[in-house]
Amino acid sequence: MYKIVEKRILNPEVKLMRVEAPLVAAKAKPGQFVIIRVDEKAERIPLTIAETIRDKGLVTIIFQEVGVSTKKLGALDEGDCILDFSGPLGKPSELDGLKKVCVIGGGLGCAIAWPQAKYLFDSGASVDIIAGFRNRDLVILEEEMRKCSDRLHIMTDDGSYGEKGLVTHKLSELLESGEAYDAVIAIGPLVMMKFVSQTTRPYGIKTIVSMNPIMIDGTGMCGGCRLTVGGEVRFACVDGPDFDGHLVDFDEAIRRSAMYREDEKKAIAAHECRLGGGAMNA
Amino acid sequence: MPNMSPKKVRMREQDPDVRRRNFEEVACGYSPEEAMEEAGRCLHCKNRPCVSGCPVAVNIPEFIAEISNGNFGKAYQIIRQTNSLPAVCGRVCPQETQCESLCVRGKKGEPVAIGRLERFAADYAMNSGSPDEAATLDDTQQIRKNGIKVGIIGAGPAGLTCAGDLALMGYDVTIFEALHEPGGVLVYGIPEFRLPKAIVRREIEYLSKLGVKIQCNFIVGKTMTVDELFEAGYSALFIGSGAGLPKFMGIPGENLNGVYSANEFLTRINLMNAYNEEYDTPIKTFGRVAVVGGGNVAMDAARCAKRIGAKEVYIIYRRGMDEMPARREEIHHAQEEGIIFRLLANPVKILGTEDGWVRGIQCVEMELGEPDSSGRRRPVPKKDSEFTIELDGVIMALGTSPNPLIKSTTEGLRTNRHGCIEVDEETMMTSRPGVFAGGDAVTGAATVILAMGAGKKAARAINDYILATGK
Repeated sequence: MYKIVEKRILNPEVKLMRVEAPLVAAKAKPGQFVIIRVDEKAERIPLTIAETIRDKGLVTIIFQEVGVSTKKLGALDEGDCILDFSGPLGKPSELDGLKKVCVIGGGLGCAIAWPQAKYLFDSGASVDIIAGFRNRDLVILEEEMRKCSDRLHIMTDDGSYGEKGLVTHKLSELLESGEAYDAVIAIGPLVMMKFVSQTTRPYGIKTIVSMNPIMIDGTGMCGGCRLTVGGEVRFACVDGPDFDGHLVDFDEAIRRSAMYREDEKKAIAAHECRLGGGAMNA
Repeated sequence: MPNMSPKKVRMREQDPDVRRRNFEEVACGYSPEEAMEEAGRCLHCKNRPCVSGCPVAVNIPEFIAEISNGNFGKAYQIIRQTNSLPAVCGRVCPQETQCESLCVRGKKGEPVAIGRLERFAADYAMNSGSPDEAATLDDTQQIRKNGIKVGIIGAGPAGLTCAGDLALMGYDVTIFEALHEPGGVLVYGIPEFRLPKAIVRREIEYLSKLGVKIQCNFIVGKTMTVDELFEAGYSALFIGSGAGLPKFMGIPGENLNGVYSANEFLTRINLMNAYNEEYDTPIKTFGRVAVVGGGNVAMDAARCAKRIGAKEVYIIYRRGMDEMPARREEIHHAQEEGIIFRLLANPVKILGTEDGWVRGIQCVEMELGEPDSSGRRRPVPKKDSEFTIELDGVIMALGTSPNPLIKSTTEGLRTNRHGCIEVDEETMMTSRPGVFAGGDAVTGAATVILAMGAGKKAARAINDYILATGK
């Protein structure tokens, strides 16, 4: 059992939890993930590690409540326990040696863009962050990101905060103005990562994306997380989760991410029905 | 006077029309009367040919003699002396190619049903409770703990067996398991209707009573490396991490929605209970689905697909029925349950809809040519024989290879070109001193009992190593 020692609500959809998992905290590096199972009946779900506090043995996860299992997770409070919490899984991001980097986070993706930027900034690299959100209410980790960047550009779809526009608009602007990045690191929705990769391609800038497909075990056993990268099948769990954005078949990844969308809708309806029923009985 | 019936006493099974809609066990086991009658068929040969066919050398004639005398608890204890998972082996061992293939009674008629009798003794002991408790108490009282720490990587058949034997020798044993539940292939792979999970749990509880510690959610190579475990005070390690990596064919369409590896399909159903609505893990139930492959895993996947609601389930296999590696019993059960066999057929392409879901599979007919290195006749494609089956799901059951996680994080651990860990056949030691290995991680995908045999041999070798080096 893994105890939740801190819970914060970052925005109406996104929560942060700090969990006691000393073995994971001792080893985790930026880019790695954990697989958690909230309770006996929950799914195994992969969550990228947002932060580790090694001396306290804590691992921070930041998640959006999209399915039944993440809703169950979000319903837990400080002092409650997560049944299973295993990791760190996947390969750490290859960040060493980068001098000037643009880190792009889309929505929840900022939860992972943040530790990457922090690692780079702390190791002396020049870091620009572009963080995109749908609107002002959904902005997360602004202070944290500001502290680990030379420049932070916040973009919102509706212009209610920061600048109006998509992250790719800002990226194009920076690239056109002559910013010469060693690498662009993009973490967010598949569509965003696809278009970031398209934007950097003509400039030949190394573009690293973090893939988060459906998986069960996280150790290479199920093959559910397979992707096509440079024409070859790769498993995100053991070969990734970071890949060269110019080589990933995003259209296939987008399609595969929809495999259980219908099942998910039904499951959420059933879950909420159960919760509603419980409330009425109470 | 032995029972001279040429046939085994029949074991009751669930009716195929009923069982293809549930996950309850197919084979119902012997009653005490049936077991005693079958045990009466054993001739108690002096040279015990059956024992030499058993990878863990169960004292077969001795336990059968106890069953025929009605001493079921004693029979169980005799099996336990050499086999730490009797209820599992009685169900999933391929007895027809091992002990039973050497039974003298098999020369004229059917061999003694050794597997069924082993299962009977184990189930009887578990259900009645007392013989199991007695055996445990007996075992634990005899253990003299030596305090030497040995780590076991992987809680599958090889690791569990190795752990059990080492615990009985007095070692302080910890098993590290990557998943959230111990059992390995016994819990994620083999379905409930062939091996009820409650039985696996009981066998594992027995290990806990012997003092074996099991740490789940611990991925050796990630959570801690082999070297870090040595630093943490382990004197020796046994790698029994299995062959968990699924193979794909490399044909177009394999990444379409609706294509599973058998590993994923079975893990969702078995480990994650996706067939039970109370559990959150989703699974595609499919209308028409094909399983590609001819091994036991293919049969398991096909029979699971039927049980979760598929209307038509095909097995597509590139050779003929005689060449199928699956056990005859499993093929027979699959046929009874209405699985359709498309033999001498090989997929060349999975066809997809515009939005990326499986709509069919294109195959080519095969014929058998000259024998290949495996001794089986090699299948070759027939010209202009392509045909298509309309489907909405495909499950690839083409075999598995060892997981490279430990190899890639352990310096100096040698593997062969298939990724299998190399060991000295006598000592079971790898290229790293103090690191032993066995089971599918060494042999590639094989059987539960062979893995157990390897775990047993490694336990003895680890003991010898520790005594010799004084570690």
